[in-house]
Amino acid sequence: MSATVSNLYAQHDRAALLESRQATRENPWVKAGILVAALGFFAVFLLLPLAVVFVEALAKGWGTYLEALTEPDARSAIWLTLSAAAISVPLNLVFGVAAAWAITRFEFRGKQLLITLIDLPFSVSPVVAGLVYVLVFSNHGWFGPWLSEHDIKIIFAIPGIVLATVFVTVPFIARELIPLMQAQGREEEEAAVVLGARGWQVFWHVTLPNIRWALLYGVILSNARAMGEFGAVSVVSGHIRGETNTLPLHVEILYNEYNFAAAFAVARCWPCWRS
Amino acid sequence: MSLRTFTVLASTLTLLGAAAPALADVSLLNVSYDPTRELYQDFNTAFAKYWKAKTGEAVSVKQSHGGSGKQARAVIDGLEADVVTLALGYDVDALNTEAKLIPPNWQKRLPNNASPYTSTIVFLVRKGNPKGIHDWNDLIKPGVDVVTPNPKTSGGARWNYLAAWGYALKQPGGNDAKARDFVKKVYQHVKVLDSGARGATVTFTQRGIGDVLLAWENEAYLSTKELGPDKFDIVTPSVSILAEPPVSVVDKVVDKHGTRKVAEAYLQYLYSPEGQELAAQNYYRPRDARIAAKYASQFSKVKLFTIDQVFGGWSKAQKTHFADGGVFDQIQAR
Repeated sequence: MSATVSNLYAQHDRAALLESRQATRENPWVKAGILVAALGFFAVFLLLPLAVVFVEALAKGWGTYLEALTEPDARSAIWLTLSAAAISVPLNLVFGVAAAWAITRFEFRGKQLLITLIDLPFSVSPVVAGLVYVLVFSNHGWFGPWLSEHDIKIIFAIPGIVLATVFVTVPFIARELIPLMQAQGREEEEAAVVLGARGWQVFWHVTLPNIRWALLYGVILSNARAMGEFGAVSVVSGHIRGETNTLPLHVEILYNEYNFAAAFAVARCWPCWRS
Repeated sequence: MSLRTFTVLASTLTLLGAAAPALADVSLLNVSYDPTRELYQDFNTAFAKYWKAKTGEAVSVKQSHGGSGKQARAVIDGLEADVVTLALGYDVDALNTEAKLIPPNWQKRLPNNASPYTSTIVFLVRKGNPKGIHDWNDLIKPGVDVVTPNPKTSGGARWNYLAAWGYALKQPGGNDAKARDFVKKVYQHVKVLDSGARGATVTFTQRGIGDVLLAWENEAYLSTKELGPDKFDIVTPSVSILAEPPVSVVDKVVDKHGTRKVAEAYLQYLYSPEGQELAAQNYYRPRDARIAAKYASQFSKVKLFTIDQVFGGWSKAQKTHFADGGVFDQIQAR
């Protein structure tokens, strides 16, 4: 997954080299077949659904489209989704870099355990992740009675949504960085230290420039997931309109209210923020 | 993220934050079941106007919708609903038995078993009724696909199930064994079990699955109105169940929020002529005789039985039919 930019260029050069030689050149029919299969797949499974979203969103004209985006419940859903992402992505950024650094640069007991824990959110179904928070924080959960006495709301409120979002997006950044940092090794950093650089200087001037593309890709992925998460958030949200509905939940509500144009309008606008 | 995109994002966030709706003097949370969305959207506006005129206080009512059983579960788990307006008595009862959020006599606190409006179960079929479905026994004809939600999670689905059972019981020579056999056959014709009534409606109307949808009467009328009367027909069976969706204030929550007075007024307003009129306009059968007469032509005549008459009340029906290992589980196991 962590094909870095330079890596892709290397592959491109290699492909050009193979093409140029008679002996390694692929039969043109095979080449055409593979190309058509790959592009056809993308057209049918990615582009067509996207096109449908655009067409449906504008099915009732621009007026309905804009109305769907500015209506108070939609605004509140947009606001909530952006805030959840704005909290969880920086948290994951700090955690992901720290975890990748620890795993690739140090030897310590429990390293395997840490690697497994980072992958945990990938292996647990999002609905289960949500239910875990319900079990811990609900009125009958471990902390429920105490929280309720002190009037602190976690689930069915914004903190629960943020927690669930953080949970499902934890692996992205660390998972992008670990293979890259492993491949790069620690020589450059050691050289920097030998030349007299301090800890933060090493990080800013050596490590960070080396990992920036993988880091960016990890941030994009984790942001996309944070904004798109449905299952875990649905369990802890309580579905209060204008209060605890995130964008994906709002889209579902609109769809279920026979409000198809609005549903697709809202669905359409959110890939724009992701990039 | 470059500094510039960050600035843009930050200012967007601030703008959206400033644009968030102004807080009202009081706010209530009404946790309801699936098909009542449209009803309560209308009703909340009407109630806010009424309450403002009466007390000068601005009230905003927030809504939460989902499968009735799921919603009750969320309230038990800590979703702070001031009022619940669920699909059936059993789910409201759970707030008492599972969490002591309301007193055991909740159903006696408001008129008509605390159900301000009623409904029943009808069939929604494709235009022209190509499969010739006119009554319950047509559901088990070969080649008929039935759509109904899962009775474990959906209140409407439990009414569907009990209506089918009651129909079979009322046939000449009907008894429990025959009813069970009939209901089993009906569920053998079910292809998709959605978790809520609205999900099932979307499956039938949008995804085009199935020949007949067992639906709340109000849901059937609403979907034909929204999606075009040229696409579906409503078929009323010879006999069906009187569905009484009950409402209650959640005592523990309103006492904590200090909203008891307005929450009680909210529910009582459902019984007022204005509330009854809104219920009728959203295709619920009103309790008020005068309003019922005004909208009589809107609802077809159907013989209705109540759950108390046939099943001895909700807790008994729930225990026999829908509890783990109950009749529904037994007929689902193949």
